[in-house]
Amino acid sequence: MSDHSLGRPQIIASAVDNPDRTRGWTSWITTTDHKKIGIMYLATVLVFFILGGVEALLIRTQLAVPDNTLLTPERYNQILTMHGTTMVFLVVVPVWAGFANYLLPLMLGARDVAFPRLNAWSYWMYLFGGIALYASMLYSPPEAGWFSYVPLSLKQYSGTNGQEAWIYMVHLTGLSSIIGAINFIATIHNMRAPGMGWGRMPLFVWTILIYAYLVIVALTSLAATVTMLLLDRNFGTGFFDPAQGGSALLWQHLFWFFGHPEVYILVLPAFGVFSEILPVFARKPIFGYKAIAAATVGIAFLGMLVWAHHMFATPMSTTVLAFFMLMSFVIAVPTGVKIFNWIATLWRGTVEWTTALLYCVGGIATFTMGGITGIFLAVFPIDWQLTDTYFVVAHFHYTAFGASAFAMFGALYFWWPKMTGRMLSEKTGKLGFALLFIGFHTTFLIQHSAGLSGMPRRIYEYSESSWTVYNFISTIGAFMIALAAAVTVFSVVWSLKRGAIAGPDPWKANTLEWFTPSPPPENNFDVVPRVRSVEPMKDIRREIEQRTNSEQRYRSGQPLMR
Amino acid sequence: MAALLAAPAARAGLLFPESGGSPNADSIHTLYVMVFILALFIFVGVEGALLWALFRFKAKKGATAAQIHGNTKLEVGWTVGAFLILIFITAFTFIQLPSIKNPKPSLIDADGNQVSQVEGAQFAATNQSVPKGDTMTIEVNGQQYVWRYLYPGQDQLLTYTDMVVPVGMTVLLDITADDVVHSWWIPKLGGKMDAVPGYTNKLWFRIPPDAIPEGQKQVVYTGQCAELCGRNHANMYGRVIGMKMEDYKAWYAEKVQQVKTAETDVSEQQKELTEQQSQGDGE
Repeated sequence: MSDHSLGRPQIIASAVDNPDRTRGWTSWITTTDHKKIGIMYLATVLVFFILGGVEALLIRTQLAVPDNTLLTPERYNQILTMHGTTMVFLVVVPVWAGFANYLLPLMLGARDVAFPRLNAWSYWMYLFGGIALYASMLYSPPEAGWFSYVPLSLKQYSGTNGQEAWIYMVHLTGLSSIIGAINFIATIHNMRAPGMGWGRMPLFVWTILIYAYLVIVALTSLAATVTMLLLDRNFGTGFFDPAQGGSALLWQHLFWFFGHPEVYILVLPAFGVFSEILPVFARKPIFGYKAIAAATVGIAFLGMLVWAHHMFATPMSTTVLAFFMLMSFVIAVPTGVKIFNWIATLWRGTVEWTTALLYCVGGIATFTMGGITGIFLAVFPIDWQLTDTYFVVAHFHYTAFGASAFAMFGALYFWWPKMTGRMLSEKTGKLGFALLFIGFHTTFLIQHSAGLSGMPRRIYEYSESSWTVYNFISTIGAFMIALAAAVTVFSVVWSLKRGAIAGPDPWKANTLEWFTPSPPPENNFDVVPRVRSVEPMKDIRREIEQRTNSEQRYRSGQPLMR
Repeated sequence: MAALLAAPAARAGLLFPESGGSPNADSIHTLYVMVFILALFIFVGVEGALLWALFRFKAKKGATAAQIHGNTKLEVGWTVGAFLILIFITAFTFIQLPSIKNPKPSLIDADGNQVSQVEGAQFAATNQSVPKGDTMTIEVNGQQYVWRYLYPGQDQLLTYTDMVVPVGMTVLLDITADDVVHSWWIPKLGGKMDAVPGYTNKLWFRIPPDAIPEGQKQVVYTGQCAELCGRNHANMYGRVIGMKMEDYKAWYAEKVQQVKTAETDVSEQQKELTEQQSQGDGE
């Protein structure tokens, strides 16, 4: 190990440690340091991920056998609403805000984000939003689904205040995301290291930039939409109430105008993670950098023009249906381009099977499947059979879980050494990956069949005996996923105390965050190097090699830092 | 692959959507199978390439990674390729669409007599067209948590949960809702359509006359509401029962009679109650 660490790049940043200022709980709640805020985001995400996961297990346990009476219909609807809402608003959106917070300034060679205090505010808004929703557990949680379709979510049909809790949560986390997005955009546009033009920006930063623009378009629109619902429920406006001349379909259009860009808000940063990690472990430059960056922009733009494919079964003319079908097809092209580019990145590389890489490849494999079932759903006559069935449940878990959650775990394994200075165990990591991969496919592959044989979504019980076997298998898979999550949590806790010391650049990676110690000092960099390519660390290693004559480059088959 | 195509019905539910109760369900099935085959090729190709890259290029001592940044020809090639596949699916969808969207003419007339088929008379869909010959329009109304059907005719007959129709007759559905959004779906009879309060949605089906099993008088298709409509969403069932025209007519007459009897009974009871009450007041 010693001979590897000898030859590491020389770090020109030193920690100024003032324990009173940099440790202790007050330093956390008063911090404006993007790294601490990033870690607080991720820790909070973990809590909500576990809550959302427990809700998923309750759902799966209830459905494991026909005519189960574990949950009452009321409880079931509350839990399905909380599960969807938690996973979308409190886990997958903020997890990227967390990683972006931590990584963006480091990748750009900046000392913090553009507006550090706004950044702290955006974290606290997220936390309070989550608390606002979960406080409803103490009285009556919302039960109209995460999409809160009217009229079901109107006062006449959902009389409890849980729906208000849902609205406040959307407002608070929405505000958090919008402020965060403005911050990211300002940081990316203005604070890149010297020499880092648009064509040399890490692809993760590209996806966060586009994510941020999508957040501003989608979440501002949603804020207006849920305000209308709040007014309808409490002050007697009639935007959505058919009995007062309002339109039930209007809600669906407005909600999905947010809802589909939201899908890409969840998934684009995951693509960014794939694009960062694959080249590092294939020891090859990313294949088609420009195409991947362009595809990100293309997906975001088209993502705003496909929303009504969530509504193919509503009363709409064929012209509208055909338009949204075609747009949904077109968006498959840039997505496909990305997948091809990732495969080409691995091709002829020397691929190291690290846990982070396996999560990325597993994520791409899973997401590909979700993309393919998406083609079925985009064909609107086929969608008439499939929409609102378990086929759709399977489809979006293949995309949202397949890309976002796998990327989330991959990112955790990849950047954990940077955040904590310690490595995660590769052995437990691979065990966790295997359990998650097998568990995931056991849970969701079979749900396609449940949907094809007529099982609708969101039913709290069923009597149809032909669905039993599908549901039982799916439930077994869900518990495997839980086990996988437990293994990862254990691995994380163990590493905090016992993990091997990582050093600044354990993976011999490509981007600037590996140029500074792990964990980085509060000011990130004492000196910011000039950036000459997409992979500045490769340039730096080459330079050190020339200066010191000690080999810096990675040789295939050489053991990595463990 | 050949086996898949040969016996799709056997795999309905596992790999393919349900069908067999109506021509539009069958057309959706055909469209699905076509996309499925195409998807299978894409799936095997992409996942195969990914796995191959993962295993074949696993790091070994002495191996060096090719430092390639891209290949414009290849990248343009796969972008165009992806477009071509999607154009093909689009074309096939629009070829199939009229047979799904436009109701086919009935196989029988209002008296239950066979009529000769004029299949060529379809035109491309903009919205649901009206087929030639006799049809039957039923208004489907979703309410928490029951389906109500309004039958055509002077009697304004209503039934709940079970919809009875003559086989061979094209049934046009006008789908609405009174309270929240529901979704009408009988898998074997074709796709689902949302019942949105304030809107009327359209769907149709035509049960084949030979669908009635031998020795039985009716064929039953089941389904349930597909849009979350409240706490008892899971128990909002719908059934469509197909009968021969003469059986349907008998059923219809009996139902109308039952309703009339019930109404007379109720009005008599009301009269008695009013009389009792007025007597009570007098005392």
